[in-house]
Amino acid sequence: MPDILLRPWPWYVAGPLIGLFAPLLLWLGNRLFGVSSNLRHLCAVIAPRGIPYLSYDWRRDGSWNLTFVAGIVIGGLLAGVVFRNPEPVAIADSTRAALASLGIRDLGGLVPRELFAWASLATVRGWIVIVGGGFLVGFGTAYAGGCTSGHGISGVANLEAPSFIALAGFFAGGLLGTFLLLPLVLGLR
Amino acid sequence: MPTSAELRDAERAESTYEWDAAPGSDPRAPGLWIYLLVGALFGVVLTKGEAISWFRIQEMFRFQGFHMFGIFATALPTAIVGVQLLKRRWRRTLGGDAIVVPPKHLGSGVRYGAGGTIFGLGWALTGACPGPLFALLGAGVTTMAVAIASAMLGTWTYGRVRTRLPH
Repeated sequence: MPDILLRPWPWYVAGPLIGLFAPLLLWLGNRLFGVSSNLRHLCAVIAPRGIPYLSYDWRRDGSWNLTFVAGIVIGGLLAGVVFRNPEPVAIADSTRAALASLGIRDLGGLVPRELFAWASLATVRGWIVIVGGGFLVGFGTAYAGGCTSGHGISGVANLEAPSFIALAGFFAGGLLGTFLLLPLVLGLR
Repeated sequence: MPTSAELRDAERAESTYEWDAAPGSDPRAPGLWIYLLVGALFGVVLTKGEAISWFRIQEMFRFQGFHMFGIFATALPTAIVGVQLLKRRWRRTLGGDAIVVPPKHLGSGVRYGAGGTIFGLGWALTGACPGPLFALLGAGVTTMAVAIASAMLGTWTYGRVRTRLPH
């Protein structure tokens, strides 16, 4: 496999490309780029009963986006398995040191194996990171009405005040999570 | 105070157009397959750009590296210029429909600040926002299926308690 296909892309390649998806989807069919709506669509498929928020025609409103998200999984498979970068992610030395002090030492792969292996779900910290973190992502994006793509990129691209507030919230929460919550959680076994 | 029936009607109206635009009416509009292709491209870019890496997200929140900031700093201007050009100049979709971007309702703004902060906490823990959750699943981090299921439960729970939350 040629090395160029395996290597990760620098920010100045990935960033502009990521920015193209909001206008592209708008142009293809008036679709608003945003991934978290799919969590709602999936709930609307599975368990909408008695909840007005989930009682709508997901086939009409969500089919394109559920298809889009299926594509994301395929893209992850292509870039993360077939054309996998064999090297660890080249994060800053200071981050390596900070993570080591939190007990995260295995820096291979895209995520720490210590936290995201199946065996991790048998530990309190693994449970909080995977199940608790997932819950907060789902609840928070629904409450905010969008995530990094829907607010952070689509909403900001449409110059909407709510999305700028949401983006500030994302970062405030991320800082709290990184400096308060994560050190507490990673200290648990 | 709006009555519960009014709230329900408002929710129904919102549910159809808040996040996803109406389907294109023109038969020339592309079929669903195009979204599978575009989604796959997005997944490749997210993954190759390492935006789905827990390590990169930690580096970002610790302000120790430029990578993720560089991604946002180039993605946002690209998206802004693209969307504004489409809205103001081209004005038409591929299928010939008028470009419509339904505005988000600001309201008190509480939902954006509070919801955003709650999401941010989860983002720091999982190292993944919704797009990356799915990309990581494809990239072989299979426990992300559990995170996705839990995120769905979070969204469902929001649906349950929605009327009791400040928006």
